[in-house]
Formats: sequence, C-alpha cells, structure tokens
Amino acid sequence: MKRVMEIHGLTMDFGGLRAIDHLDLEVREREILALIGPNGAGKTTLFNCMTGIYTPSEGSMIISPPGKKPETIRGLKPNIVTRKGITRTFQNIRLFPNMTVLENVMIGRHCRTRSRIAGALFRGKTTIREEQATVEYSYHILEKIGLAKYVNDFAGILPYGAQRLLEIARALATEPFLLLLDEPAAGMNPQETGELDELISRIREEEKISILLIEHDMRFVMSISDRIAVMDYGKKIAEGTPEEIRSNQAVIKAYLGEEFVA
Amino acid sequence: MEYFTQLFLGGLTRGSIYALIALGYTMVYGIIELINFTHGEIYMIGAFTALITASVLTLYGFNELSILVMASLVAVIYSSAYGYTIEKIAYKPLRHAPRLSPLISAIGMSIFLQNYVLLAQTSDFVPFPALVPEFAFMKAYEHIFSSAELMILLTTTVVMIILSCVIKFTKTGMAMRATAQDRKMAMLVGVDVNRIISVTFIIGSALAAVGGVLIASHIGQINFYIGFIAGIKAFTAAVLGGIGSIPGAVLGGFVLGWTESFATGYVSSDYEDVFAFALLVLILIFRPAGILGKSKSEKV
Repeated sequence: MKRVMEIHGLTMDFGGLRAIDHLDLEVREREILALIGPNGAGKTTLFNCMTGIYTPSEGSMIISPPGKKPETIRGLKPNIVTRKGITRTFQNIRLFPNMTVLENVMIGRHCRTRSRIAGALFRGKTTIREEQATVEYSYHILEKIGLAKYVNDFAGILPYGAQRLLEIARALATEPFLLLLDEPAAGMNPQETGELDELISRIREEEKISILLIEHDMRFVMSISDRIAVMDYGKKIAEGTPEEIRSNQAVIKAYLGEEFVA
Repeated sequence: MEYFTQLFLGGLTRGSIYALIALGYTMVYGIIELINFTHGEIYMIGAFTALITASVLTLYGFNELSILVMASLVAVIYSSAYGYTIEKIAYKPLRHAPRLSPLISAIGMSIFLQNYVLLAQTSDFVPFPALVPEFAFMKAYEHIFSSAELMILLTTTVVMIILSCVIKFTKTGMAMRATAQDRKMAMLVGVDVNRIISVTFIIGSALAAVGGVLIASHIGQINFYIGFIAGIKAFTAAVLGGIGSIPGAVLGGFVLGWTESFATGYVSSDYEDVFAFALLVLILIFRPAGILGKSKSEKV
C-alpha cells in the first residue's frame, strides 16, 4: 500500500529529556493508524513535531500526498504544514469560543482560499464568489458531521461532545490528506464513542484520507484501527494489527509491568 | 441648553478621535497582548506627513478638500509603513521573550521616534493649515458645532463602520479574531499569524494617521510631542472600555471625551486631565477589566 508519510529516526530533546528517541513510523494511504502508549510516552510530542509546533532535534519527516511529489516538512511553520495537508485536533478542546460554529469551520478554509483584505474591501467578483463557496463548503462539512443545527451558535456554548466534533469539522475544512486526532474519545460516554467510531470510519471512506489517532480507550482503538503503533519512553516498541498488538509481550509489559508477562 | 449641546458635541468629537486611536491600541493588545507605546508616535508622524504633503500641494494650488484627501492618504500610507516596520524591528524578534521585553522595546522605540522627528523637523510648534473647508450649510450652527468637528465626526464614524465590517465579515477579519482568541490554534488551522499581526499593525497605524490629520487640522498646530499626550489619552480610553475589546475602545473614547468636555465646560479647563485620569482610577478600582472587558481567569 502506498505511504503518505514516512518518519525516520525522529528524535526530540527538551534539554536533557529525550521525549522521542529515534522513532520510525509510516502512515499508509487511507488507513486508520492508532498510536497508543502510557502517559508520557511521547505521543503528543510526536503530533507536535508532525504539525510544525516543534522542530525535531534529529530525523526526517517526508510526506507524499496522493497525486503530489514527496517533500520534507521538517522545520516548516504550523500554518505551512496545514497547507501541505496535515491537520490535527487537540486533547483539550481548542475551539475559538467567541466565534460561531460556522465561523470556526470557515477559519479552516483560510489556507485554501486566496482573496485578501483588498479584495474584501472592494468586493470584487472573485471575492464574493469565493466567500459564498467558503460558506457553502463549511456548511456542507457541518451537515456531514451532524452539527448543522448549531450553525449560528457560539462554539463555546456547545455541549462537550459537539465541541469535539466541531474540532474535527474544522480540521476537515483544511482539506487534509492526513488527519491527526489527539484523544478524540476523551470524556465521551460509550454511546458517543460508538458514534465517533462510525464517524471516523465514514470520514476515511468519504474524504479518502489517512487518520492517525492517539487514544487510551482500548476497545475503541481495537475496533477502529487497521494498524496500531505502541510507544513507550519515546521509542516505538511494537507495531502491527490489533490482534498482533493484543498478544505482544512488550506491550503488555509497558502497560501492566514485568510481572504480568507470561 | 445650548451650552450643554455645545459641550456634548465637543465631547463627542473629541471622543471619536480618542476612539480612533484607542482602536489601534486595543487591536494590537487583543492579538499580541502588547501595549504598543509607539502608537502615539505613529499618530504624530501621520500629522507631520500630512503637513508636509499639504504644504507641497498648496504650492501647486490645489483646493482645500482635495488637499485634505490626498494629505490623509499619504499620511495613512506613510504611517502604515512605519507601523509595519516597527513591528518587524522592535516586536517580532521578541515574540517569545518575557512580556516585559517588548514593552521596554516599545517605550524605546517611542522615545527614538520622538527624537527623530525632533531632529528632522523642529522642537517648536509648527502651524497646521485648516484643511477642512467651512461648509455653507453649517453657517447657522457654527457657534456650537464647527465644520471641522462635523468632518471629524463623519470621518471617524465611517472609518469605524468600515473597520467593524472588515473584522466581522471578511476572511482576514475572521483570521484576526481567531488569532486573538488562540494564536497557536489559528496557526494550526492554516492562518499565517505573522501576516495577520502585520495587517493589524497596518490597520491600527492607518486609523492613528487619520486621527492625526483630523485633529491637527482642527487644532491648527503640531510638534513632535503631541503623540505622547494623545497616546496616553487613547490608551486611557482603551483601558476604560476594556482593553482588547473593540466596542470597548469606542465606548471608552466617548466616555473620556465627554468627561473632559464637561469638566472643562462646567469646572475649569485646567482640570481637564485631572478629571480624565480620575475617571480612569475610579474605573480601575470598581471595574478593573474596563467597562466592556471581561475579567478572565488565568489559563491553566
């Protein structure tokens, strides 16, 4: 299967602390890859490296979006990485609370539209057309995610589950080829988690994108993922299908401790 | 009653200028949480640019109104260029420094610009031509509300309406609001935050320049130091309204304008600043976040 992103020897040091230690990881086209591991394993740090928030100390990150040439994204700024097609959500929700639901999604279109402030002031034809297209596109995404009924509400007053979904909607508005979800099911009840499972699978089918997610809810991870990668102390200790991971000794050791290893 | 109306309108005019300059403070604060102390200097440079342009244009025999328009335009462009450059030189390298550093840098830049204009121009007050023509239809009301004041009120209103439309409806405005709420997240959804910060400085500087031209033309003289006083007053207005809040800056401007106007009219013109700043002290005691500001709890 074609790879959309390859990470080689990625290392991230914070002073004397090595948060990620020579990590290799590949993301394949249209797969759902889960990243699991104990707290402090370096999962979120990896996301931060992949989205340009941190510049890794060592290693390479090459993306090859479908239909485009491979290129490195190491050292690019977050907004450029987003334009290249990698986007993410956060563990703790980071919406723009004082903007409406629609505006939150429209902001995601920022990097895909061209008109600037001069065009906005003089109301050129292309600007007006582009603005309409942005509104329609954003509304369409909200419909798909099931948030259309909130369209003009402020993002800050939405119920928790809806806020989580809105983060995903905003991320989709940037037209990514790779979507990073940081604990999408955190704080959700079993029913909501079930709906999320279905939604993520649907996004993969409809948008034809790859999804890399960090999650602690094992039932969720096992049911949704094509492959799972396990991190501990900044290293990748295992990788494989859910069945392979379930029976992997190193994983059991990392999670439960030495004495549980059969 | 006529005296009251006169003071009311005078306060309104004065307040609209404060509001115009306060908008620049509040927008910059909203986005990068910096009190931009060079903002007053941008206003002063706008006034000087307009004076130079107006003097040249007068030599070529243009009429008042076209001089006013062109001088304002040149002042806006020149001041915006200054605002843009100051941000790049004095603030951008300090983006990740502790918060006091850019503040000190701002004060330094402000002193530098004052002295630059002092050396390049003069330390004396220089006369500024009255660029606003006397409208014939205003003749009857001239004793309570002058043509120049009407012009100030109209211009500031129009400029503020345009600004709120830009912020509310355009893509750039939306990106500005997003950046103000969560800069990192804005970057992650693809907003070029550096560009948005530059645009904010350019817009703020343009507003200050418009304010500079209008007030200079109304008062009739300028020197290198006018930016300091205007800056402090506008800053007061921004804090009164709740710094970071755009409607707050406008409201703060008007409240300050009326306070000064009525204090001058009913008490004594010597006490103008005393009342202005006493008001600030009172607001800060009873509503520390400003009239429209929301006091927010510390982010964890």
